[in-house]
Amino acid sequence: MNRQRLAVLSVALLIPLLSGVIFGLGLAVSQMINPAKVLAFLDVAGAWDPSLALVMASALLVMGIAWRLQQRRVPAGAPAGLSAQPAGSAPKAGIDTPLTTGAVIFGAGWGLVGFCPGPALAALALFRPEPLVFVAAMLAGMQLHRAWQSRDRDRDSEADPGADQLKATAPAD
Amino acid sequence: MTDFTPWSALAGGALIGLASAVLLLFSGRVAGVSSITAGLLSKQSGGNGWRLAFLGGLVIGVWVYGALGGSLDQVRIDAGWPLLVIGGLLVGFGTQLGGGCTSGHGVCGISRFSSRSIVATALFMASAGLTVFLARHAIGGGA
Repeated sequence: MNRQRLAVLSVALLIPLLSGVIFGLGLAVSQMINPAKVLAFLDVAGAWDPSLALVMASALLVMGIAWRLQQRRVPAGAPAGLSAQPAGSAPKAGIDTPLTTGAVIFGAGWGLVGFCPGPALAALALFRPEPLVFVAAMLAGMQLHRAWQSRDRDRDSEADPGADQLKATAPAD
Repeated sequence: MTDFTPWSALAGGALIGLASAVLLLFSGRVAGVSSITAGLLSKQSGGNGWRLAFLGGLVIGVWVYGALGGSLDQVRIDAGWPLLVIGGLLVGFGTQLGGGCTSGHGVCGISRFSSRSIVATALFMASAGLTVFLARHAIGGGA
């Protein structure tokens, strides 16, 4: 295999695979994969276990350095979307209702079970039924959002002329 | 109830940060697990290979932990099937509406000082804490 093809392949698949393996290892080492541990962190009024605050802190520290490095160099083979952005600058979109509502809904689900998406997927490694049920429901929830969004779009694009027509022809009683 | 485990928490968090850094610096992508997962469901987004590689890696990483002698016996999932289904639906829908989860907003977003991610993380943490409080102390009677 020539060197160029190998490089392309490694950027395309091996890097994400390696990243995923390290991520999954981190979830296991930190015990974020354990819902009981996560719920003990969220249960501030109970026997609070602050461990996960430290998971967050050290992950943030490392990623903070990574964003700094990324500012200086645009990685080879990066998707145009990311490298075209002013490197390291946060997305410009403002704080809107979908963001806040979505975060509150996500938090409620997280608090009910103790799984957020990463740990739930990683826990499939345990071959137990619970993560499988949770992940299936999570995918359904994502699909539900897609369906709801596209229905909303259809309605918005058709509603205006249709509504006007209705108003014009409807008997006023 | 679980014990405070500062060293494994710091080490695990550093690994999660390292994984996100590898994906950012060498693939130019953001390690947001909910967005990567949802990308698999969307038909127009071409190139699902890297998504499957990353998500498969999450599972393999847990096996690596076991192979290195790590114990996973302490994993306890108390939620019954109705709660697993409701919780999963809320997590799936909420992360799509809010544009991210603990990894995307919490780790990758806050570390680049995104105000959207800071607000989202504060809200989902508060919402999760309130949910646990209601389930354990207000309704559940201190389970």
